[in-house]
Amino acid sequence: MRYLPLSEPDRQEMLKTIGVSAVDDLFKDVPRSVLLDKPVDLPATAGEMAVEQTIGALAGKNTGTSAVPSFLGVGAYRHHVPSAIDYLVQRGEFLTSYTPYQPEISQGTLQYLFEFQTQVALLTGMEVANASLYDGATAVAEAMLMASRITKRNKAILSGGLHPHYRDVAVNQAKFMDFQVTCADPDPLATEDLSALIDNETACVIVQNPGFFGQVRDLSALSEACHEAGALLVVAVAEVVSLGAIKSPGAMGADIVIGEGQSLGNGLSFGGPYLGLMACRQKFLRQMPGRLAGETVDVEGRRGWVLTLSTREQHIRREKATSNICTNSGLCALAFTMHLTMLGEAGFTRLAKLNHVAASKLADRLATIEGVELVNDTFFNEFTLRLPKAANEVVEALAEKGILGGVPVSRLHQGVGDLGNLLLVAATELNTDDQAEAFQTALKEVL
Amino acid sequence: MPTRTILGNRGLQIEEPLIFEQDTPGMSGCDLPEPEEATNRLGGLAREEAIGLPGLSEPQVVRHYTRLSQKNYAIDAGVYPLGSCTMKHNPRLNEKMARLPGLGDLHPMQPVSTVQGALELMDVLGHWLKTLTGMPAVALSPAAGAHGELCGLMAVRAALEDRGNARKVVLVPDSAHGTNPATATLCGYAVQSIPANARGRVDLDALKAALNDDVACFMLTNPNTCGLFEDEILEIADAVHDAGAFFYCDGANFNAIVGRVRPGDLGIDCMHINLHKTFSTPHGGGGPGSGPTVFSEALAPFVPVPYVVDTGDGFALVESPAQSDQKPFGRMKGFHGQFGVFVRALSYMLSMGSDGLRQASADAVLNANYIAAKLNDVLTQSFEGPCMHEVLFDDRFLKDTDVTTLDFAKAMIDDGVHPMTMYFPLVVHGALLMEPTETESKLGLDQFVELVRGLADRAQGDNEKYFKEAPRMTPRRRLDETAAARKPVLRWVPEAGG
Repeated sequence: MRYLPLSEPDRQEMLKTIGVSAVDDLFKDVPRSVLLDKPVDLPATAGEMAVEQTIGALAGKNTGTSAVPSFLGVGAYRHHVPSAIDYLVQRGEFLTSYTPYQPEISQGTLQYLFEFQTQVALLTGMEVANASLYDGATAVAEAMLMASRITKRNKAILSGGLHPHYRDVAVNQAKFMDFQVTCADPDPLATEDLSALIDNETACVIVQNPGFFGQVRDLSALSEACHEAGALLVVAVAEVVSLGAIKSPGAMGADIVIGEGQSLGNGLSFGGPYLGLMACRQKFLRQMPGRLAGETVDVEGRRGWVLTLSTREQHIRREKATSNICTNSGLCALAFTMHLTMLGEAGFTRLAKLNHVAASKLADRLATIEGVELVNDTFFNEFTLRLPKAANEVVEALAEKGILGGVPVSRLHQGVGDLGNLLLVAATELNTDDQAEAFQTALKEVL
Repeated sequence: MPTRTILGNRGLQIEEPLIFEQDTPGMSGCDLPEPEEATNRLGGLAREEAIGLPGLSEPQVVRHYTRLSQKNYAIDAGVYPLGSCTMKHNPRLNEKMARLPGLGDLHPMQPVSTVQGALELMDVLGHWLKTLTGMPAVALSPAAGAHGELCGLMAVRAALEDRGNARKVVLVPDSAHGTNPATATLCGYAVQSIPANARGRVDLDALKAALNDDVACFMLTNPNTCGLFEDEILEIADAVHDAGAFFYCDGANFNAIVGRVRPGDLGIDCMHINLHKTFSTPHGGGGPGSGPTVFSEALAPFVPVPYVVDTGDGFALVESPAQSDQKPFGRMKGFHGQFGVFVRALSYMLSMGSDGLRQASADAVLNANYIAAKLNDVLTQSFEGPCMHEVLFDDRFLKDTDVTTLDFAKAMIDDGVHPMTMYFPLVVHGALLMEPTETESKLGLDQFVELVRGLADRAQGDNEKYFKEAPRMTPRRRLDETAAARKPVLRWVPEAGG
């Protein structure tokens, strides 16, 4: 077995050193009735070639987004990642290290986390950011609990423009903690009045921008309404590239910003692993969950980095911790920060512009099809279409024509009455005019 | 004396500034095309102010991260005996498989007709996990070990509520990972500690005394964090079940028993599995992990969405409780879980096979016992008898010195290895928890043993200064963690006037 360096003579010699005659003697504390005497019923050892064939065959049964025109979004976006990124991410010193518990031999990880935290704070318009959470959905639940600790209240209001998975994860967490959540109805037109739902027991209002249906909103008035009632405004960003084009949540009065960072540096990978972002105002720092890298000096006075404020965390505080999170998304954060560093201010804002232009042109193009209506008047790189028939059937028919033509709203908002004909369509810098034309042609044919 | 140079560099150790200190305004490492004109639909909310991101060219970026990488220790570089973390070799085949077209480029919301291979892969992974644990159901979506714990306890609570009483208390041994009590809180339970006995195992009498109608669950790590198999586990399971409670097993240490003991045979109701420990997926400087959680018959109906169903005519994905014919407690993760980690773990499982996994657990246990045998005359092993895949020492061997466990660990760094886990578990004083894993060769173990013996010997002499000043050879020496916490600097800010 190629991953096991011990030879049989090594094993025998080691057993002799230990003073036992067989490996089973080392398992003497296991009740005999449950100790297996032979391998379980699964396939035997396989070489690299055989494994590549088995997994390759599974891959071959799928249609990847790089093989056909793809216009899928809803919190997972296909972007171009510079070649150097994946090479650098796979350097063993990054890939095969762990949480930087020994800072003297983990300065690489700690420095990139410090740079990552700075970038996330800058993008979101917040003062501080943590070193990542699991994904956008779990970050929403963490933000809700954080707002509750800050305000000492236990009611949250969730916008109808929140990604349904983000909503579901938060609602699920809430029900285990006697926490009350009010969910506004799905809101394709962004006409909901969340301010009217706020009262003096509200811990936070959680709203996504751009919204699940694509709409871009000014949240300033909502922020004021929150603050008047002593509540916090939590803003979720499902497409982090939008922050290169749209006013930051911080500039609109957010108190906590969470996001999905997959778009930068990280592939689609069928939905994970992704990257939860979290940033907040400085004054809320000590209630923030997750790891934090901080600057300090060593005994020679040289600048260096450590994990800090760990008294918030589970390994110190146990049942009183801010969260149970331990392992987070370190390597995804590395890919994110590398990609953003490679882009820089000029590249990142241009990337955002390219996305907006691609989506805007695609919307114009598709809206010319008879019976197809563009639902939102504002959006970034994803918008909602109203089709003359059920969107899930349209998507299946498009797939048969080799086009991954968007996500039916009904797949995520299941069983909600009048949303069946709504289709979410995204375009990024990777979608060419030819692909847009192919999509237009195919959509016309299947309607 | 450490030498200094003009730039602060030493040999191959380069002083690397922050990206923000290498800014050339307007520079980019990406040559993106000029955007065309199109209708602006940002609703008057275009960003007006600069973000403040630095501009670097591609070679500068490549150098920056290459230099940073050279400041990290890693499994690829040497032994990483971090107890309870299972830092084993990360095969590169796994990385290649996760990046295959048709896996790495799948969108989570494609029509299920276009992702049948991906769903099959999840089904196969689930089959391996269920077979290895002897448990009938699995939730793949938890994102890491602590998230898997949460999944397990949420299912417990859902099952108890289904019976009509959620109960109030979760019992956790003293020696548990901190995530266990933190998770219990997230499920709305109070936590009660159960002491260990003199043999480093759960005190069965204390457990029995604590069990009553208010207890929802007992959470146990097995093998436990002292590196010992809980030899009374069958009695523990009976006692827990007799009280009408559920039995959670923290599977962080599953690597010791894979292919040799099935948790399902031990009376366990749910257990998370850290794919990034037992099944070789990379730890990546702190994630991503993946924490699939297996369940007994009693808890199987409450497994969260999403899950894959083999319909006989292809694979279906149940994405919401409304689509389910069971009683899923809800959803705890966006999309379908850490799919990229699933691919890597399956790649490892297929490589090892049933026989290889069984050999790996044997070698992991053998390696730990070997270093125990080679070190227990100079270090002080906390508990007698064979250990499992990790061995626990405490600081009694340092009692007549002014050297602490921390000092000892820092001195190990100068000898070129990553230290073991320190000061955990909390049940012994100044813990040193060593987990070599099956990845270490005999030669590697012998070198490690020689190094530790050398330091243990040195600690007995009048060498306090040597330990207090360690490490000396690293990119940075001991860092002031107190100052970092007292006045947190968590981001770069431009210098005033700059």
